[in-house]
Amino acid sequence: MLIRTRQLARRYRMGDAEVAALVGVTVDVAAGEFVAVTGPSGSGKSTFMNLIGCLDRPSAGEYLLEGRAVSAMSGDELAAVRNRHIGFVFQQFNLLARTSALENVELPLVYAGEPRRRRRERAMAMLERVGLGDRAHHHPSQLSGGQQQRVAIARALVTQPLLLLADEPTGALDSRTSLEIMALFQALNAQGITVILVTHEPEVATFARRVLRFRDGRLLAAGVGH
Amino acid sequence: MSAWQLLQVALRAIAVNKLRSALTMLGIVIGVAAVIVMIAVGAGAQARVDEQIRALGSNLLLVTPGAVTAGGVRMGFGSASTLSEDDVAAINREIPEALAAPALRGSAQIVWGNANWSTQILGVTPQYLDVRQWPLAAGRVFEPAELAGAAKVCLIGDTVARQLFGDADPLDQVIRIRRVPFVVVGVLESKGQSLMGSDQDDVVLMPISTARSRVLGSASAAKQRSVGTIWVKAADGVSTRALEEDVRSLLRQRHRLPPGADDDFSIRNLAEVMAVQEASNRALALLLAAVASVSLLVGGIGIMNIMLVSVTERTREIGLRMAVGARKRDILGQFLVEAVTLSLIGGLAGAAIGVTGAAVIASFAGWHVIVAPEAVVLAVAFAFAIGVFFGFYPARKAARLNPVEALRFE
Repeated sequence: MLIRTRQLARRYRMGDAEVAALVGVTVDVAAGEFVAVTGPSGSGKSTFMNLIGCLDRPSAGEYLLEGRAVSAMSGDELAAVRNRHIGFVFQQFNLLARTSALENVELPLVYAGEPRRRRRERAMAMLERVGLGDRAHHHPSQLSGGQQQRVAIARALVTQPLLLLADEPTGALDSRTSLEIMALFQALNAQGITVILVTHEPEVATFARRVLRFRDGRLLAAGVGH
Repeated sequence: MSAWQLLQVALRAIAVNKLRSALTMLGIVIGVAAVIVMIAVGAGAQARVDEQIRALGSNLLLVTPGAVTAGGVRMGFGSASTLSEDDVAAINREIPEALAAPALRGSAQIVWGNANWSTQILGVTPQYLDVRQWPLAAGRVFEPAELAGAAKVCLIGDTVARQLFGDADPLDQVIRIRRVPFVVVGVLESKGQSLMGSDQDDVVLMPISTARSRVLGSASAAKQRSVGTIWVKAADGVSTRALEEDVRSLLRQRHRLPPGADDDFSIRNLAEVMAVQEASNRALALLLAAVASVSLLVGGIGIMNIMLVSVTERTREIGLRMAVGARKRDILGQFLVEAVTLSLIGGLAGAAIGVTGAAVIASFAGWHVIVAPEAVVLAVAFAFAIGVFFGFYPARKAARLNPVEALRFE
């Protein structure tokens, strides 16, 4: 099992009050799955993704990524896990401005300590895979929203992670481009990449084969998509 | 991330905000340039004092006559004629480690051909040149016989030689000093400015006997053997302070001053006068450098300010870098290197401007300026340290950001 959570919980302190953002989530995700995480805002789906993505640590419960307990890891170990095993795609793309598409894709490899030449080769190969081989030297401001999101996807995949985590990846795109991006996720999933997608749009969730619905910090039902 | 990659990231971030980066560096540029110029000017002044000490001789005592009190009016030092050639002889006889030479001072108009010049006349003995460590550029010193016989011979300083003779050879020429013809037997080497800034080369030396009887002649017979000043040189390895006491007690004894009475002469220890001047020079240079360092410090605060702004502006970038695998130390390094790069570029630019500025000051103001390479290296190293010191807090702030919050930051 790629992801295994047991009674996963996350609480925040807001002044004097303690807010439970996530309560007792137990779920397994196998390698190769395409999972959509949905729910209204404040339902805990983003908190869940942050925990799954090793950006945050649970307040209670257990999270095993490929059998390794994440809650016991140090900050540097979490950084290394994010670097090698998890690729992130964000709603706002989060590309570095004034930096070419190629260099943006290279960024995770820079932190992985990859030598320059191999970095270039792998980043270039990944850009070609998302159909942007001819835009490698364009800056984000010279690319359309859909192209920017493709660059972000290439960046997420360049370290060949176990898991692709996408947080509202189509939230800033028009519907036609959204379809293209979703089709790309499906194609990548078909090639064996595990995809977990956070979205509040039901039509986006239909692309996934399985849907996890959250409400008030709890996992409601583990439905199966189309 | 390797140091080289950090540097590339830093340079790119600096290049993105060129104007802002340049203004941030300006504080460091001004600080480093000011430190270098101040140290250069201070070192120049120091070197000039050292030069003067060497020129004057640091082992000298200057004895001048005391004050006359006439009807309750005290006239100040030098007004009395309490020192005589006998005192000089006594010092040379009684204190073996001292070499004393008298001088009688006056001024006169001197003429050679159709050129004339007003200059200082010094009546001296041949020992005067030894005491002052003043070699001849040409010719000879007057002989004891000429001293005894009040011969009309003279030595002229470099300035007098140039003013009166121009390119001509002054040796064996006859000049008129107050209408008395003198033969120029020697030319003194240039000694430069005195500590007080007067031209020491604007002088004519002649036997003290000749000066007294023919040029600076005084009507009073009682002053026949009086001298204006006595220069006393301490032998090598003899403390001028101890010598000062020896000379003082000898002169008090000779002048029959009862215990408790004031000296009728005064002794100035030139080594101490110069030591004081040197110390005050050094203190001034240090003060100027300290003031300049303050501007460096202010420049450092400017860097910290801009780095804090930069960290806030780039919070999402920091979150993203963390998401793709940057560790805390990568982020810390990135912002620290950026701050240090800013301060170091500023430091190098400041060094260039400082060295140029020192040269400009030297040529325009005519000051003696010494740019020591150590001072330049020190100033740039200080700029580097400022970058590390003031860059650390913003960098740590960046490294401590929570990735989740940083990514969500608007």
